[in-house]
Amino acid sequence: MHVLKTMLRQPSALFGLIIVTVVVLMALGAPWIAPYSPDNQMFDGLSIEGAPLPPSTRFLLGTDTLGRDLFSRLLFGARTSLVIGLVANGIAVAIGLLVGVLSGYLRGAVGGLLMRFTDLMMAFPALLLAIVLAALLHPSLWIVAMVIALVNWVQVARIVYTETRGLVERDFILAERSLGAGHLRILFVHILPHLMPTAIVWGTLGIATTVLLEATLSFLGIGVQPPQPSWGNIIFESQSYFQAAPWLVFFPGAIILLTALSFNLVGDALRDILDPTQRGRG
Amino acid sequence: MLLLVLRRLLQTALILLGVAAITFLLLYALPADPARMIAGRSATAQTVANIRRELGLDQPFPVQFWTYLHGILQGNLGRSYAQKTDVGALIMARLPATLILMAAGIFVEVVLGLILGIIAALRRGGPVDRVVMMASFVGVSAPQFVVALLLLYVFAVTLGWFPMSGFGSAAHVVLPAATLGILGAGWYARMVRSAMIDVLNQDYVRTARAKGLSSARIVLRHALPNALLPIIAMIGIDIGQFMGGVVVVEAVYGWPGIGQLAWQAIQQVDIPIIMGVTLVSALAIVLGNLLADIIAPLIDPRIRAR
Repeated sequence: MHVLKTMLRQPSALFGLIIVTVVVLMALGAPWIAPYSPDNQMFDGLSIEGAPLPPSTRFLLGTDTLGRDLFSRLLFGARTSLVIGLVANGIAVAIGLLVGVLSGYLRGAVGGLLMRFTDLMMAFPALLLAIVLAALLHPSLWIVAMVIALVNWVQVARIVYTETRGLVERDFILAERSLGAGHLRILFVHILPHLMPTAIVWGTLGIATTVLLEATLSFLGIGVQPPQPSWGNIIFESQSYFQAAPWLVFFPGAIILLTALSFNLVGDALRDILDPTQRGRG
Repeated sequence: MLLLVLRRLLQTALILLGVAAITFLLLYALPADPARMIAGRSATAQTVANIRRELGLDQPFPVQFWTYLHGILQGNLGRSYAQKTDVGALIMARLPATLILMAAGIFVEVVLGLILGIIAALRRGGPVDRVVMMASFVGVSAPQFVVALLLLYVFAVTLGWFPMSGFGSAAHVVLPAATLGILGAGWYARMVRSAMIDVLNQDYVRTARAKGLSSARIVLRHALPNALLPIIAMIGIDIGQFMGGVVVVEAVYGWPGIGQLAWQAIQQVDIPIIMGVTLVSALAIVLGNLLADIIAPLIDPRIRAR
């Protein structure tokens, strides 16, 4: 409650929260809000010459190259983006937490090995790796989510590692250990709860990264495959047409930007609230 | 110092070896079959098998990996499946274009980030600060390809100021560099701002102000040098990020760099080229960080003393 109240007082966080809520409602309510089916290639959705139609009262945001309603496709695209955002980023944060906590808590050979592996992954060109994997596997929504999770956990692991190292040194852990608590109890009861703010912050910020990455993969044609709409593949399908029909790039682009921006704003506000030591820093 | 550099170079070699191993394993495990790709759809099973043997793809994984490593150690990145030429030569031919783009992009983002960051720090808490901070958030949240297409639409298609795509003149580099720069400037602006705010609150800056020095002089001579360090670390990181990220920008603008080379290779399952570009990118990431670590003590005597 305190967190929410603090956020509502900051204009930028409030803006972010509103947009996030709108996008979530778009995704949940897509079948009811959408004026047309997203796959319906309407006969009157194209001009006589067969060109897509600009925005009008009948087609709010215009139509695409196949005569489908862009607004309806964007609504259903919100589902794709959010599902990938939540799944991919959820997995990435989970892997990051696991690797970070284990390497920070265990130290020794296992911890060192895990951390060296993380360092190695830091040197990996993430976008290139994602593109290679997505292109060579048969792309689908779940493959895209897995690929994104596979390249996005590294940063979380690094931060969690540093935090765990700090926690392990603290007196209350030492006290707990001298009382005879086992490793599992210390990990789950004492260390994990302290890492929750970090997990929440990165869980939010990471959705922005994930939405952008999904859009980029789909834009290259190796993300979510048409006819299933995704904000990135809508642009992919119409990019050769964009000089004549710029709205086909502009509207999906704007919603990708707004969504990523909002998750970033909310994540940043959460970081300020949950982690006072970071307050006022870049 | 020398010892440190040597140790870091050894680490670099190990990291590259690891990157090579993981990439090789991933490509080996993927269901894509390069032999089938080269042979074409209508090829017989016999043709495919012949190509596979010719490329050494019928060997077990350890043998293939060993052959590859052996080649790398001799500076040989292998031969492209599709183009039948040396991968090292292909990459070297494309590298200058990417380096030009990278240098121009970093120039744009550093200049833009410095200007915005300094203005925001000096007007801290005011409306200008808030607008700059919001803009920096928009910059880091914008999808690369959308910014690229938008700039293309406005400045090339509508206004006709710059060429649509291609390579060759200074005008060609403006839009791709602006795309990379606008996207990265947000991080720099935020970092410069917070570094400047830290410094502007220090006693020596107050002393300088009390002595009657002009604002411009205080910022340029006393505050800014302290913001340089994080910027250099950031450029080090950026060098690596750009190498991975240029695929999209080069695809949109038809820029003949290694991003384009990689993208074509990915579509043709041309594994030697994919491996080569991945290794070059990883090398750039590691070298970028190493460079930042080496330059930092040169400009900041406090680090040297440690």
